[in-house]
Amino acid sequence: MLEVKNLHASASGREILKGVDLVVKAGEVHAIMGPNGSGKSTLAHVIAGRPGYEITQGSVLYKGQDLLAMTPEQRAREGVFLAFQYPVEIPGVSNVYFLKAALNAIRKHRGEPELDAMDFLSLVKEKAKLVDIDESLVKRPVNEGFSGGEKKRNEIFQMAILDPQLAVLDETDSGLDIDALRIVASGVNQLRTPERAIVLVTHYQRLLDYIVPDIVHVLLDGRIVKSGDKDLARELEARGYEWLEAPAAP
Amino acid sequence: MSSDSITAKDFADREYRAGFVTDIESESVAPGLSEDVIRLISAKKGEPEWLLEWRLKAYRHWLTMKEPGWANVHHPPIDYQSIVYYSAPKQKKGGPKSLADVDPKLLETYEKLGVPLHERAKLAGVAVDAVFDSVSVATTFREKLEEVGVIFCSFSEAVQKHPELVRKWLGTVVPYTDNFYATLNSAVFTDGSFCYVPRGVRCPMELSTYFRINAANTGQFERTLIIAEDGAYVSYLEGCTAPIRDENQLHAAVVELIALETAQIKYSTVQNWYPGDKEGRGGIYNFVTKRGKCLGRGSKISWTQVETGSAITWKYPSCILQGDDSVGEFYSVAVANNRQQADTGTKMIHIGKNTRSTIISKGISAGHGQNTYRGLVRIGKAADDSRNYSQCDSLLLGDQCGAHTFPYIEVLNSTAQMEHEASTSKIGEDQLFYFQQRGIAPEDAVNMIVNGFCKEVFKELPMEFAVEAQKLLGVSLEGSVG
Repeated sequence: MLEVKNLHASASGREILKGVDLVVKAGEVHAIMGPNGSGKSTLAHVIAGRPGYEITQGSVLYKGQDLLAMTPEQRAREGVFLAFQYPVEIPGVSNVYFLKAALNAIRKHRGEPELDAMDFLSLVKEKAKLVDIDESLVKRPVNEGFSGGEKKRNEIFQMAILDPQLAVLDETDSGLDIDALRIVASGVNQLRTPERAIVLVTHYQRLLDYIVPDIVHVLLDGRIVKSGDKDLARELEARGYEWLEAPAAP
Repeated sequence: MSSDSITAKDFADREYRAGFVTDIESESVAPGLSEDVIRLISAKKGEPEWLLEWRLKAYRHWLTMKEPGWANVHHPPIDYQSIVYYSAPKQKKGGPKSLADVDPKLLETYEKLGVPLHERAKLAGVAVDAVFDSVSVATTFREKLEEVGVIFCSFSEAVQKHPELVRKWLGTVVPYTDNFYATLNSAVFTDGSFCYVPRGVRCPMELSTYFRINAANTGQFERTLIIAEDGAYVSYLEGCTAPIRDENQLHAAVVELIALETAQIKYSTVQNWYPGDKEGRGGIYNFVTKRGKCLGRGSKISWTQVETGSAITWKYPSCILQGDDSVGEFYSVAVANNRQQADTGTKMIHIGKNTRSTIISKGISAGHGQNTYRGLVRIGKAADDSRNYSQCDSLLLGDQCGAHTFPYIEVLNSTAQMEHEASTSKIGEDQLFYFQQRGIAPEDAVNMIVNGFCKEVFKELPMEFAVEAQKLLGVSLEGSVG
């Protein structure tokens, strides 16, 4: 599904990703861990196409297509979803109106008919249960006045509605108390399907107690220095990142 | 992917769609302004002596006046002697008796603008007066309105058929000495719409005037007068467009509204004059004086405007709240994109007791546009227990544009209550990326954000026009991101 090869990316002239290699297959859940500043969020942003990064080397293939050649909205319509670490507020635009426009843009791209208001609202009702999101939040302007936890839940709710093939969750656990974390994690777990790939970006092992990954990668200074199964996450929790540091450059 | 590039190209091509010129034979006077020109205009229209005298008084007064310099707009000096003050499409003598007599090219022009005048295709439930350059070319649904006693016709016709009404009310809200542009208009105005709603009548349909400037180097100076007698109600809408030309053209209109006891007038404007090109060449100077007088107790005047066009907009639709318990409202969306400049707002003059006013202003600046809100709220000595609520919000797209707010507040009565709220926000790259990441193209994202921002004003527009206004806003802001 996703094939990242020797990816180098910089922002404002500073190289952040220094040769990332990553292969994610459909049905898999990958966790990318690493300390602050290791490049985790940059990797998530580059996959989604956020402006402000320069790709200096390497490639990203998504379903065999050159992902980096697509605009962010084309990527989204092809099934790439990013759950933001800091979801922005959009005053004046209701969540439900926003999501309907998004879903219909994606459906149109797939050659499917647009959903009418009735069908869309029943979809909203169904998916709102998944992350236990209050229906009044659904009608309010996107993220405006939402608490930190509500914003994160809203991201997973959007993911449920838009039904992506590749979901990248950027620090979805940060700022969540334990109850909210459980709800968000259970939402994500229900969205685990054999067709969908999920990439979790996090720097705490805590989230991985609830969403158990198939593969864990450690990103350090712009490179993936170690990959392993879920036990690697526990080892990191116990030992920190220091023991992995200063690997020889390939 | 290919469908995306088509969408982007469509947007690039969607510039000013009303920018075509109608090739029609016109009858114009030579450029320049003098007493002779005014006499000529008056004679062409067969006006009574008193009206000519009124025009000449205005002209003589105008010669003593200077252009106002206080507005936050900049333009080269206007040469008033190079403007054509009268231009009319050639018509059979005595003007068209019915739509069948109207030149098909004119009907076609309005058709292209989405304002069909044909009997069979008329806008359902909306009576239209079509003003082309200096004259009114057609008014629809007249008979139906006459059945309930509503007079809706061109200003020129009103002068002929209802001189007593015109003479009684003309200049009572905007006197000919009012300001430079209004005084100029009083001297040279050529046509416009006239509406009279008798006592207790609720006008059964929306009335609208569609203004079109076609001829080059021509100024449009129309005058609109609306009178609502005791207990009457009328909703009125005006729309404006002009062809794309490199020269600036002057539009100096005057609108006077009079609401008697418990009467209500709702006046909506969708202004889409040619705004000039991206570098600021050409475009209409829209210098307009609009004012309503709530003369009777419990009367109400509501202004709603969506200002997307014009190179420069200078207008302050105002309410004089003279009758006790009268209500004034002003809802505005003003856009300044590319090199457009807008200085617009309102004046709420509270004179009567327990008068109330509401001001909701939404300014959108993009490109190099400069958008200014300027508003006055004055509570007079006798205006006990009067209230005002003002809200001025600005939205910025990009970092080359500007938003300015100048609220003036004068309170002479200690029982008054005033509230003023203001905000400035910017459409950020973060917001656009959020939309894109969900599959929504940046242009659509801007439309959604802007429409959300303007929602409070759009809901005041008659339904059909709210939809039109939303689309227009999208076109006006096209190319302002990315």
